[in-house]
Amino acid sequence: MLTAEDKKLIQQVWGKMGGAEEEVGAETLWRMFTAYPPTKTYFPHFDLSQGSDQIRGHGKKVVAALGTAIKNIDNLSQALSELSNLHAYNLRVDPPRFALQLLAQCLQVALAVRLGKEYTPEMHSAVDKFMSAVAAVLAEKYR
Amino acid sequence: MVHWSAEEKQLIASVWGKVSVEECGAEALARLLIVYPWTQRFFDNFGNLSSPTAIIGNPKVRAHGKKVLTSFGEAIKNLDNLKGTYSKLSELHCDKLHVDPENFRLLGDILIIVLAAHFGKDFTPACQATWQKLVGVVAHALAHKYH
Repeated sequence: MLTAEDKKLIQQVWGKMGGAEEEVGAETLWRMFTAYPPTKTYFPHFDLSQGSDQIRGHGKKVVAALGTAIKNIDNLSQALSELSNLHAYNLRVDPPRFALQLLAQCLQVALAVRLGKEYTPEMHSAVDKFMSAVAAVLAEKYR
Repeated sequence: MVHWSAEEKQLIASVWGKVSVEECGAEALARLLIVYPWTQRFFDNFGNLSSPTAIIGNPKVRAHGKKVLTSFGEAIKNLDNLKGTYSKLSELHCDKLHVDPENFRLLGDILIIVLAAHFGKDFTPACQATWQKLVGVVAHALAHKYH
């Protein structure tokens, strides 16, 4: 699935965020809540107003988890095992096959907004494949 | 019928006004063929699609991308009658082209990423939300005559 070239490109993209991971995470979530209001149903306990501390905090968590996944890209199943359990048994978010597509789309938009022309088709493709791989692992234990 | 608020119409018009239909159309189609290579199945007669560079430089891809986005412009002019506007095109995609409507969703999402890269921060979350809604209803209208 993920070629050596893909892996290189993903590292590159992540590198280009240059410390702004938290912002990218928060923006991704905010875009998701704005464009896909049903996703808010999973956060009734959050202050979902723009710029809220909870959105920032959670965005940071999500991006950190993706960062960990990237560092362990050759063993996603193991690296994301606990998150996989969490999503399947506790959070029970609509299977990541579907829900993660929305998050992935918004992450892509957030990256494209930041990187502009630098967000090449090859990077776009690599990130898309990576997010699919993450979604597949997160969905592993659903049933 | 889909309802569009004044704000949504504004967000659509303001983005569309600054879009180069030729450039964005070509880029969106190229990215579709690159990111989701199986979509190349519809373009056997387009010649060289063997690499991202080949796809981006392919004149047939550029021309067809422009065609597709020009048609999108028609949708924008007829927001209150998308199903009617796309009735014939829907039949065409079903009966002659045999395109799975899922592909419309993929292209729509890619178009949004292209716009985001183009407009940067100006492509605000509110903008994205409106455009996600737009590509969604366009995809729905294109799928409407399938049988």
